Amino acid sequence: MGWLRKHLVLILGLLVLVYTFIPIFVVVLMSFNDPASKLIYKFDGFTLDNWTNPCGAEDMCSALGRSVEIGLLATLGATLLGTLAAFALVRHDFRGRSSMNLLIFLPMAAPEIVMGSSLLALFVSAGFAGQLGFWTILIAHIMFCLSFVVVTVRSRLAGMDDTLEQAAMDLYATPAQTFWRVTFPLVFPGILGAALLSFSLSFDDFIVTNLNAGQTTTFPMYVWGAAQRGVPMQVNVVGTVMFLVSIVIVVGGELNSRRRARALA
Amino acid sequence: MASTAGTAPLAATDPDETGRRRGPTGYVLLLPGALWLAIFFVVPFYSLVATSLFDPSGSDAKGYEMTYHFANYVNAIQDYWQPLLRSLWYGALATAFCLVLGYVLAYAIAFKAGRWKNLMLVLVIAPFFTSFLVRTLSWKLILADDGFVVNSLQAVHLLGSDGKLLATPIAVVAGLTYNFLPFMVLPLFASIDKIDHRLIEAAGDLYANPITGFFRVTFPLSLPGVISGTLLTFIPAAGDYINAQLLGSPNQRMVGSVIQSLFTDANNYPIAGALSVIMMTGIVAMVLFYVRSAGTEELL
Repeated sequence: MGWLRKHLVLILGLLVLVYTFIPIFVVVLMSFNDPASKLIYKFDGFTLDNWTNPCGAEDMCSALGRSVEIGLLATLGATLLGTLAAFALVRHDFRGRSSMNLLIFLPMAAPEIVMGSSLLALFVSAGFAGQLGFWTILIAHIMFCLSFVVVTVRSRLAGMDDTLEQAAMDLYATPAQTFWRVTFPLVFPGILGAALLSFSLSFDDFIVTNLNAGQTTTFPMYVWGAAQRGVPMQVNVVGTVMFLVSIVIVVGGELNSRRRARALA
Repeated sequence: MASTAGTAPLAATDPDETGRRRGPTGYVLLLPGALWLAIFFVVPFYSLVATSLFDPSGSDAKGYEMTYHFANYVNAIQDYWQPLLRSLWYGALATAFCLVLGYVLAYAIAFKAGRWKNLMLVLVIAPFFTSFLVRTLSWKLILADDGFVVNSLQAVHLLGSDGKLLATPIAVVAGLTYNFLPFMVLPLFASIDKIDHRLIEAAGDLYANPITGFFRVTFPLSLPGVISGTLLTFIPAAGDYINAQLLGSPNQRMVGSVIQSLFTDANNYPIAGALSVIMMTGIVAMVLFYVRSAGTEELL
């Protein structure tokens, strides 16, 4: 009883953590499902077909490819623009700092449906109603990833000790050398984290994308459409792979930083 | 990650920070990002408000005329007050559940996880990197009419023998709670983790029992996290329609779904725009009210 009382909070916390994984177990399980009917979504039998033939689901792989492509480009754009802005905010003085902070904060707080419909209203009133598709999705994704990049890189930069840079300068490194050999490697983990976050935000977005996509289909839009007609089990293969990749990245990153902390100690 | 980041810019106007360089470089670095946000985030709001005042008799093909047709707002509310209120209500319920679950988890990670703290923290976000839609579909399977959950609840008579979860508000709120939990946990953790443990011990030394200690010391100190977590959960939850659509029935339709279909299927831009503006205004008002009554002015 005493043990239970002592660890009650931890046990409850672990239960909540387990709860967040329940749908993931189902996704993994269903990736091996051999469905008896396309319309009834339940586990009928074991098969490896979904894994050996992931593109067997019509149109899924082209939607997936498009999402990856948009995700990579949006990540590149948002990470570049956001990192520059983060450097400006931490290292430089300029007028209008508080309105800039607000401008960066608002896209993270605005409901997606409002952001998406505003952007659509802009595109339509600018005469781009017929051109909705790849480029309008990309523009939207860079927009909503940008703020997340700024805050991620900024917190890394702000937490950084600048004595190392001063030391480099004292040892006659040029500003460019100091930047590329000291500053950038130190900020890089923050930039990498921001890029990963951008990719997952872009890859997973449905609400903003759906409004600005025209006839183009991304992976989440494909799943949305499939949910009305019967979901191919290959969708769960994609879900499982996404989960595995993210686990490898986040847990690997965590173990790596732990090892490094131990090496320094 | 996302949500802790969300609270960061609020504290960033720190006047004590020194060593910022003056000169044009700052503007040059800032310009591309700022322009992008100005053109594709700020200007669109103007377009949205303008759209909401167009003459509703226009259409996509004919074009719309700007007639300052404020009646669009009246019509939008008359026709869609139910999904509007429902969105606020479901959003609030999901936020309340997230607060309870998220607090337990954040507290356990901050105070009880010891050296597993960081690992538990990354495990909190890990499931949420799997597609939002795929995860929500798997809830559809879990809550299915003949599924394990429904059968168990029927067995213990929490649910009538013909009772079900899918296509009810319960499923929708459960889905929202699940999907937005990390937005609550991360800011809560950031706040709880900063609490000086000695204060809680001091409460114990002064004969406060653990529960009194929690409500008089821990919880008030974690209030900034509670506030930012609540906002970061409520806003996307109230605006979401994926859960309502996949787990609910047309009776659980939320306002996001109405706006989306008015824009893309019905091509009724003025009413859709008006609804969107109403929603944004409602959320801003609630945020301001909440922040004010909770007394953390520095948040906005």
